[in-house]
Amino acid sequence: MAKDKIAKPEELADGINYTPPKKDWFDPKVEFVRGRYNYASTPSGLEYLGLPNPRKWQPDQEDWKLPKDWQKIVLKGFKERLAKFRSFKIFMDICVRCGACADKCHFFLGSGDPKNMPVLRAELLRSVYRNDFTAFGRVLGKLAGGRELTVDVLKEWFYYFYQCTECRRCSVFCPYGIDTAEITMMARELLSLIGCTIDWITTPLANCYRTGNHLGIQPHGFKDSIEFALDDLYDLTGLKIEAPINKKGAEILFIVPSADYFANPHYFGFLGYLALFHEIGLDYTFSTYASEGGNFGLFHSHDMAKRLNAKMYAEAKRLKVKWLLGGECGHMWRVVHQYMDTMNGPADFLEEPISPITGTKFENAKSTKMVHICEFTSDLIYHNKIKLDPNRNNHWRVTFHDSCNPARGMGLLEEPRYILRSVCNNFYEMPEDTIREKTFCCGSGAGLGTDENLEMRLRGGFPRANAVKYVHDKHDVNLLTCICAIDKATLPALMDYWVPGVEVGAIHELVGNALVMEGEKRDTDFRGNRFIGPPEAQPKEGKENV
Amino acid sequence: MSIFYSLLAITVLILIPIVGVGGLGWRYLFGVIIPYAAFGLFIIGIIYRILLWAKVPVPFKITTTCGQQKSLPWIKNSKLEAPPNSFWTAMRMSSEVLFFRSLFRNSKAQLKPGPKLVYGSGILLWLGAICFHYSFLVILIRHFRFFIGPTSKFIEIVSGLDSFFQIGLPILYITDLVILIALTYLLLRRFLSPQLKYISLAADYFPLFLLLCIALSGTTMRYFTRIDIVAVKELGMGLAGFHPVIPDNLSLMFFIHIFLVSSLIAYFPFSKLMHMGGIFLSPTRNMANDNRKRRHINPWNPKVEVHTYEEYEDEFREVMKNAGLPLEKEE
Amino acid sequence: MYNGGKIILGLIIFLLLITLPVWFNIATGTSKYKPNPKILPGQTECVAPANYMRTSHMRLLDEWRDEVVRHQRRYGEINGKIYELSLSNTCMKCHSNKKEFCDECHNFADVNPYCWECHIEPKEK
Repeated sequence: MAKDKIAKPEELADGINYTPPKKDWFDPKVEFVRGRYNYASTPSGLEYLGLPNPRKWQPDQEDWKLPKDWQKIVLKGFKERLAKFRSFKIFMDICVRCGACADKCHFFLGSGDPKNMPVLRAELLRSVYRNDFTAFGRVLGKLAGGRELTVDVLKEWFYYFYQCTECRRCSVFCPYGIDTAEITMMARELLSLIGCTIDWITTPLANCYRTGNHLGIQPHGFKDSIEFALDDLYDLTGLKIEAPINKKGAEILFIVPSADYFANPHYFGFLGYLALFHEIGLDYTFSTYASEGGNFGLFHSHDMAKRLNAKMYAEAKRLKVKWLLGGECGHMWRVVHQYMDTMNGPADFLEEPISPITGTKFENAKSTKMVHICEFTSDLIYHNKIKLDPNRNNHWRVTFHDSCNPARGMGLLEEPRYILRSVCNNFYEMPEDTIREKTFCCGSGAGLGTDENLEMRLRGGFPRANAVKYVHDKHDVNLLTCICAIDKATLPALMDYWVPGVEVGAIHELVGNALVMEGEKRDTDFRGNRFIGPPEAQPKEGKENV
Repeated sequence: MSIFYSLLAITVLILIPIVGVGGLGWRYLFGVIIPYAAFGLFIIGIIYRILLWAKVPVPFKITTTCGQQKSLPWIKNSKLEAPPNSFWTAMRMSSEVLFFRSLFRNSKAQLKPGPKLVYGSGILLWLGAICFHYSFLVILIRHFRFFIGPTSKFIEIVSGLDSFFQIGLPILYITDLVILIALTYLLLRRFLSPQLKYISLAADYFPLFLLLCIALSGTTMRYFTRIDIVAVKELGMGLAGFHPVIPDNLSLMFFIHIFLVSSLIAYFPFSKLMHMGGIFLSPTRNMANDNRKRRHINPWNPKVEVHTYEEYEDEFREVMKNAGLPLEKEE
Repeated sequence: MYNGGKIILGLIIFLLLITLPVWFNIATGTSKYKPNPKILPGQTECVAPANYMRTSHMRLLDEWRDEVVRHQRRYGEINGKIYELSLSNTCMKCHSNKKEFCDECHNFADVNPYCWECHIEPKEK
């Protein structure tokens, strides 16, 4: 619906201007233009979760139906967080506004809106911090860069802190490591104290809290989805494959983002997992209670992240598994890698992860006891435990999008590349400034991937898409692979808009395609594309960055 | 506006010693009392700020990884950018503190027709920052000679290297020139780049003006109006030895210089200049990327309400049973 | 996690470094030393006033050097008197002892002029 109002790509790009206006930025007034913001939380989700101020409202309305003492609530929350998070306190205090972050944000690069410069996004909070919590600010007010917390400032916060995908690219370039993700998380916590949250975050939260996954799929629905996938695999390979659910005593509990078993193109990667686990004879189980790897709680508050994440260890304990394996997902891995053990550990009831196939000890996961599927699979490949025919992916010319969280919140860069080089013959890297730790966000992460926010998503995704276009033009790349469920859900729309002709896929989709399974009969990939044959039939071109 | 107010503040700061010393002759106040007070404020302010930060816990290990994690033994770990342990974290911090590693990555994005986003070099900011900070450090070390009796070999070597080219008399210190150029660059970019101008506050212009005036007054004194440095050292030694004296032979320019320096150190702990201490405490840089290997403890880890499996099964028992899923309780 | 120990250690190191001169002077006990340059007794007149000479003698010597070396002018008139523009022959007539005059302040203020890289250092008795 919002789509038809968006300008053509060239026009949109022409309208981007990085020169800010002459007037200073202290005026907080924002206009809520359709296509650039997300709808407000509906009351039911907030009520279910016991979150504050459930009500019917929308951001473009004048009256946000705030509680009477909202200002006091927010400032009190501000003060509490300054005392609980050193990151927040330090990041409020030490920015020198050197501007190194300014043009590192995909939303700034795609919109030219100066308040999307990470430094200014942080200044939106910092100005209130200075006004209310520093001596200079109390005395000098605006001269010291202070601003009073007014309704307009609050609305500005809402607008811009739901225009940050917590991708942490700015923090790579900041000389002090100031991380806007951290600042955005604080701002969103403050906003949620008075019920100013967005529906695309709180409804999945409520779903996940109740049913175990963001999509609200109930246990029998989950089972149906898995069986559906197994049927598909039978049709594609002729093999009868099993996938245990809620099986006590399995060695490994496998948790994937719910989109993997419910949405395209995630689903093809999901088929890849199932095929792989069948082939290596892995003793694992899915869980219906912990049927969500992702954690929208991270986009809401630390407490909500903890409330949802608790299910992983709880279920691992109940099912008496030895360790956990996690699927392809971005922010899920931020939570698992950087928060889970601290929030819900220690996982002393589990064992240090050892691959039952290769015997490899995953030393790096010995406390949290959860292993990334790319670590697991690359280890299999390294030890020659699976038979791969990369020619089966010859119809794909592949590039790899580093998803923000695994890249900058974990350092998972080589594992997926190693897998890719093993399962396909045509892999091309995007330009250096747009991959690895400098990767650009899809523009839709952190809960912003809605239809109503489409224009902003296309703008935010512009730097990523532009880099894809580069390899598309240069190397005829036609598949953009990634290891994040939000990427897989939102990149297709981005590609359609900026780089038509490029599809989006999972790493484990290509693994599944290339995997030579015992007794299989197949001549198509998971999408039904015919395998196009041996490399002799292929145009000769060098692989880059091998 | 913020430029105007910063300039105004600087002008006032320069006028104060002109009136106070030049007009009223309050040499003891400006030569002894104010420097002592400013230094006291500096020390106490820094301790206060650092302790204020130290009091706040680091609840999560939120390292920003800028390279390959340590995972499987055959994958090369980028130790400096994703430190696997505290030794490499110290190395990473050193590279940040000593070489401004992260700033070194700086690039400049440009939108070309096509549309095509290209990323050019942004190294100038790094260069300006490095030049300024190291010049400042060398100048600071050089100034120690005014406070130490028999000067140490170390200061002699630093000063000797700094005057390596033996240009002019008194010999030109290279850092004097470099710091003026670097400060001018850092200031000019705030004036000339529209983005920088937009984000700059009075708190950004003021320290630059202040530093520039300090450097200008200092270099003027050394190279142009000149000063009796024996007298300066008598004052310095008196201050450092807590038996302050005010020698006669000190010029007004000298009083302007030390008043501005006093202003700087008094302002320091309460300003963005505290990034000097803050960089050491930045949670995205000063922790190892060993999250899954070593558990990080959150001292205030809250108890939160969770939806337990029992509650879940109670709600979905019927459908689970019908789907043939295993149950904990049949009823 | 607080890392309080590390922070306090860092703070102490910083404070020690920034107050180094104080400790240094306490350790060496030299903080009250005042230079006392000696000239031959009975001399009252110099080429320029004492205050000027204190701050700017190096400029004067530099100018003299240029006059002599670059322009071959060995003599100059100052305040109506003709002087030989020479450190060794004019200045050191009164300021005769390098160690007791020049070095007294130069060492005190850590100044290392390169006069004696070309001139022969006078032998002190």
